Amino acid sequence: MHPTNNSHTGILQRDLLVAIRQGSDFLNPLLFFVMTTTLVPLAVSPSPSQLAVIAPGMIWITALLATLLALDGIFKDDLADGSLLQIILSPKSLWSLVLAKVIAHWLKTGLPITLMAPLLGMMLSLPGEGYIPLVTGLAVGTACFSLIGAVGAALTVALQRGGVLLSLVVMPLYFPVLIFGASSVQRAVQGLEYLPVLAMLGAFFTFTLLTGPFAAAAALRVGING
Amino acid sequence: MWQSILKFIQKWFHRFGSPRWFYQTTGKWLPYLAVISVGLLVLGSIWGLGFAPQDARQGNSYRIIFIHVPISVLAMIGYYVMAAAGAVALIWKIKIANMVMVSAAPLGAALTFLALLTGSIWGKPTWGTYWVWDARITSMLILFFLYLGVIALNQAFTSRDTAYKACAILSLVGTVNIPIIYKSVDWWYTLHQPATIKLTGASSIHPDMLKPLIVMILGFYCFYALVLMLNTRTEILAREWRSSWVRGLSQ
Amino acid sequence: MATTPLLELQNLAFERDDWPLFESLSIALCAGDVMQISGPNGCGKTTLLHILTTLHSPSYGSVLWRGEAINGSAIYLAELAFIGHQPGVKLALTARENMRWCLGLFAPRKNITIDTALDSAGLNTCKDVPCSTLSAGQLRRVALAALYLRDATLWLLDEPLTALDSDAIADLESLFETHRRAGGIIVFSSHQALSIDGVRNLALAEFTAKVH
Repeated sequence: MHPTNNSHTGILQRDLLVAIRQGSDFLNPLLFFVMTTTLVPLAVSPSPSQLAVIAPGMIWITALLATLLALDGIFKDDLADGSLLQIILSPKSLWSLVLAKVIAHWLKTGLPITLMAPLLGMMLSLPGEGYIPLVTGLAVGTACFSLIGAVGAALTVALQRGGVLLSLVVMPLYFPVLIFGASSVQRAVQGLEYLPVLAMLGAFFTFTLLTGPFAAAAALRVGING
Repeated sequence: MWQSILKFIQKWFHRFGSPRWFYQTTGKWLPYLAVISVGLLVLGSIWGLGFAPQDARQGNSYRIIFIHVPISVLAMIGYYVMAAAGAVALIWKIKIANMVMVSAAPLGAALTFLALLTGSIWGKPTWGTYWVWDARITSMLILFFLYLGVIALNQAFTSRDTAYKACAILSLVGTVNIPIIYKSVDWWYTLHQPATIKLTGASSIHPDMLKPLIVMILGFYCFYALVLMLNTRTEILAREWRSSWVRGLSQ
Repeated sequence: MATTPLLELQNLAFERDDWPLFESLSIALCAGDVMQISGPNGCGKTTLLHILTTLHSPSYGSVLWRGEAINGSAIYLAELAFIGHQPGVKLALTARENMRWCLGLFAPRKNITIDTALDSAGLNTCKDVPCSTLSAGQLRRVALAALYLRDATLWLLDEPLTALDSDAIADLESLFETHRRAGGIIVFSSHQALSIDGVRNLALAEFTAKVH
């Protein structure tokens, strides 16, 4: 019998299974996230009052960098072993398969980072009011990073040294996410209303969810030609 | 009826889409465009720098707007020119549109850089500092990054055809995101607006200042068109060097 | 033999960055046809196969499948099986798991399971070990197992004989024979000759474009 005939869960399952077998797919971005955040008190000051001020921004910046770091492999590994061509040549719609890969990427990087963030918030003396917007904001924001990043990763998939280029291409598009995400935490800490800001982040997420997979699918067809 | 109009447009597009036709036609326009843009720029500069009245608050230092404002406007429009050319190239597969797109990228980046430079030179006497994280300056900086991304992507590919398509997709994605980026930066700025810096707000501009400014804006538009054509012609020669008509040019 | 062609290449030409590769290529393939693309390195064998898969678009000319242009047609992709230079196998997964995600993308044949497909491909002893432990030839067999599993009429195979031993080649030859009898079409590139009858040969070098 055929255990699965659903292409989307098929690709999602496959990517997660590969990640679990290799382990590093989950661990490396997470370790990077923790290590770069450790740099902050060393470079700025160990004083809790100073750290508390910059904690929301620093956590968001390091989360952005950690997802960016893991972005390069999202399609590149599949191109190297030939399975990307099979995905593109599937009669199923390419955007839905791309979406499955993006979801897998988020589960591998965005979700662990989101779950780790409260711990780092504690280490950077983030006041108690900041944790709920930090976690919800990061959950949605890292999903935006994966969705937008997939377009850049698709365009640079066949390039030998695409890693730095990918960051340059994608980072300007990350600005709105960073602005909304970091200020929602800051506003919560200052005792201001933060839900409208999270709502804007949610609106941006909806927009990228509706457009991103189509753009990434188009980019993939172009990018494989090198 | 509609179909015949569409057919006509398509036919015209394809004629215009031939690099050779573009090269020869723009060759005829270049001298006129050069004379017009130099004329307007010289006229506007003399008028703006020499004859327009002083600003009540900023004295003579405001006169940099005669360069700064047209450049900033074109830096923004340049991105849309690039993206529109990219869209035309993707949809109708017109060669020349690709060439216009990749020629518009460095031009736009240069204009954005100049806008930032003139802005910061203007900032010193006005705000007492070269750099302020003001909403407009920050947006301009992000625009500069967006241009650099397209340029870097264009250079990364060995295949020109792939580079064209990749840049077209990236500039379209950028275009869709620009309004969102601008709005979010605006919002971010109002959130953190420092009280110490007073911006010289949108005070109504005197008509005697406006007239030379309009002349300068028109002059810069012509200048932009001129440089874009020159850039595109260079790209055509670099790309079509194998064809017989390009070889014929050097004989 | 059916006489109406299923796959038609009409006056096909390809140029990369205005550098012509091949031109004036016209071929018609009917059900049951096997065609080998041969030629020296760099004459465009892989490119031609990529054009037939719709990964590349031809610069001039067109490719028709059942009389319709192939570009952007999911119906065409559903009838197509392509195996490229890389086997398309995830090394961290077992052969069985690899077949499973492959089934998520493509429709399977009736009356066949992953098990029987892997058995037919000669992998009965290593279905459940990670593919990273398999040899290059075994990896090719995993890739070829997809041909037993998938319900496709047109097979496009880029260098399918690479790294295969003589047993595996014999298996592949009988697989080809079964497929053509069932009315399928096979187009493959190779430098080696297969020992099956009636293989049409396309010497691609004959169509190399003259540089103007």
